[in-house]
Amino acid sequence: MPPAVAAPPALDTILEVTDLRTHFFTDDGVLRAVDGISFTIKRGQTLALVGESGCGKSVTNYSLLRLIQGPGRIVGGKIVLHSARAGDIDIAALGEQDKRLYRVRGGLVSMIFQEPMAALSPVHTVGDQIREAILLHREVSAEEAHAIAVDMLKRVGVSGAERRFNQYPHELSGGMRQRVVIAMALVCRPELLIADEPTTALDVTIQAQILSLIKELQREIGCSVLLITHDLGVVAQMADEVAVMYLGRLVEQGPVREVLRHPLHPYTQGLLRSIPSLNVGRRLASIPGAVPSLLAIPAGCPFHPRCPQARPGLCDGGPPPLMRTIAKSRTVACVLAGENPPAPA
Amino acid sequence: MNEQPACSPPAAPPLLSVRGLSKHFPNSARGLWARPAGTTRAVTDVSFDLQPGETLGLVGESGSGKTTTVRCILRALAPTAGQVFFRKTDGGTVDLAALPEGALKPLRPQMQMIFQDPFSSLNPRMTVAQIVGEPLAIHGLAKGREREDRVDDILRKVGLKPELRTRYPHAFSGGQRQRIGIARALVMRPSFVVADEAVSALDVSVQAQVLNLLKDLQEEFHLTYLFVAHNLDVVRNFCDRVAVMYAGRIVELAPTAALFADPKHPYTQALLGAVPWPDPDVKMKFDLPGEVADPNRLPPGCAFHPRCPECFARCRAHRPELRPLGPAAVRAEGGSGRGVACHLYDLS
Repeated sequence: MPPAVAAPPALDTILEVTDLRTHFFTDDGVLRAVDGISFTIKRGQTLALVGESGCGKSVTNYSLLRLIQGPGRIVGGKIVLHSARAGDIDIAALGEQDKRLYRVRGGLVSMIFQEPMAALSPVHTVGDQIREAILLHREVSAEEAHAIAVDMLKRVGVSGAERRFNQYPHELSGGMRQRVVIAMALVCRPELLIADEPTTALDVTIQAQILSLIKELQREIGCSVLLITHDLGVVAQMADEVAVMYLGRLVEQGPVREVLRHPLHPYTQGLLRSIPSLNVGRRLASIPGAVPSLLAIPAGCPFHPRCPQARPGLCDGGPPPLMRTIAKSRTVACVLAGENPPAPA
Repeated sequence: MNEQPACSPPAAPPLLSVRGLSKHFPNSARGLWARPAGTTRAVTDVSFDLQPGETLGLVGESGSGKTTTVRCILRALAPTAGQVFFRKTDGGTVDLAALPEGALKPLRPQMQMIFQDPFSSLNPRMTVAQIVGEPLAIHGLAKGREREDRVDDILRKVGLKPELRTRYPHAFSGGQRQRIGIARALVMRPSFVVADEAVSALDVSVQAQVLNLLKDLQEEFHLTYLFVAHNLDVVRNFCDRVAVMYAGRIVELAPTAALFADPKHPYTQALLGAVPWPDPDVKMKFDLPGEVADPNRLPPGCAFHPRCPECFARCRAHRPELRPLGPAAVRAEGGSGRGVACHLYDLS
């Protein structure tokens, strides 16, 4: 799929994450929730970060905006935002009080959360909350901010925007609330939008409306999107690129069509064989066992105890396999990948 | 009320026959912030049959009445109207909707429920053995050594080691907890199991394990499932037939393959179109406007008409009944097994 915006060159990247490590120092030991992940997001494109509960998707996301709280800490790596408006910023290196951090949060990069009720203040009207974001990040008067907020509410498809402006979140339905959250996230024209499970709490027809709205506004504003989800259906519909996470590491990355059609990593293959609708009339080939605790990450390849292709002596010891390039724009962290032709899902 | 079930496959006598089931909640008008009193019509005139050994999926969006329907069937709620004929293990049939509370208890072991949330549905202060053994104790079915044996036996069947019987729920993952919930339901040897969003809270790989388990147990114990779900991806794989609910009514009922290949009701079409299938070349459709009808203020005529792309005058005035689908000859034979509540398929 071509980049949604015409102007920037195809290889232009908006975000470059290199060897990011976020660990949590608990009484039980060090939880390596994110342990050395690297990826880039191309300008105007959508990267989906997928994985099951506890794989580190959300910790990655919080790390990007420096929202990790104790006992967690970013212990290494770079998060470089190549902003068109503010130049290059290494978010990981910014001081806690750095003005640039405030400019990044909600200005250059903004976020949509899973649970819209938790992302909205129950004691402020939705209009005031959108206006606050505008006044924080844009040089406009209160009247102009009001007009911009109403206009944004209209653009996200909130009917009766003037009236809704003065309503509180509890007066809106779940779908409407998520539209308000999207309005708030996009009103400052961010260069990167992080959407963390944006439709998981919504019904399927409302999910379709919200996903199409995100796509439409992405095209209009020309922002890039990091989509965090566990739903491979949402990935297929929304993403250009997909990165699969397991136990704090990336295991596979590539263009969405190729990864879903010809997964290279046994974990990705297992996920696709677990999807009910892709396997109608067949017994689901689930992945055996459960995701291990982050306190007891297996040696060698972290996936080897659940991997049907694991080879003793090769996969069960030493450092975890690194991501390596197998084919054009396909990377995978499996020592066996490339030996056999990729198995169809 | 439909005397004839709209779409039942011609087969053995059904295990469960639901006829005209309704549940209307009166809205309270008292209190400081009184609103005008009215009725929340959560479920209205729902009828279907469930054959022994089959899995019927009940799908719909939030507020469509799926959960209220199954709660009325199991008599966790008292229905406002309608009958629920249940065939007991001894062959006799009772109307669950008409039984007094006391008469229900001996029937409870035959109908069990698996819940959605594996975290809130298990008592954190009870061990696995206590949780799974409690139904046996309540019904006085087994005690002492025998109860322990039956608990161990069912734990093995759901894929948990009996050694774990003294552990508490917090020691288990979501998938394992759901297995405990399944063991608690099946230890009673039920014939009828309601699974209300039983796999919705699970990750996809664990969800596949639990779906496989439910299939295996169905075969082994000859279980009949009423499978409530909003996830059409799961329903497509797991169910034999599907009933689609909208605003408290069944709008379409069909064998699963037929429903997914050729949905008839405009709502079913929109619902299936909105599913993000995990294939980049099958594009999701975004064309259904508006939100699910409010059961407090249902529109006149067909409840779906304000959102329906095919709406015409009759839809705004007359509510369509769930009718068997197909040419007259096929219908006379007992129907194509499909039913739809839509004026587009009226034969005049």
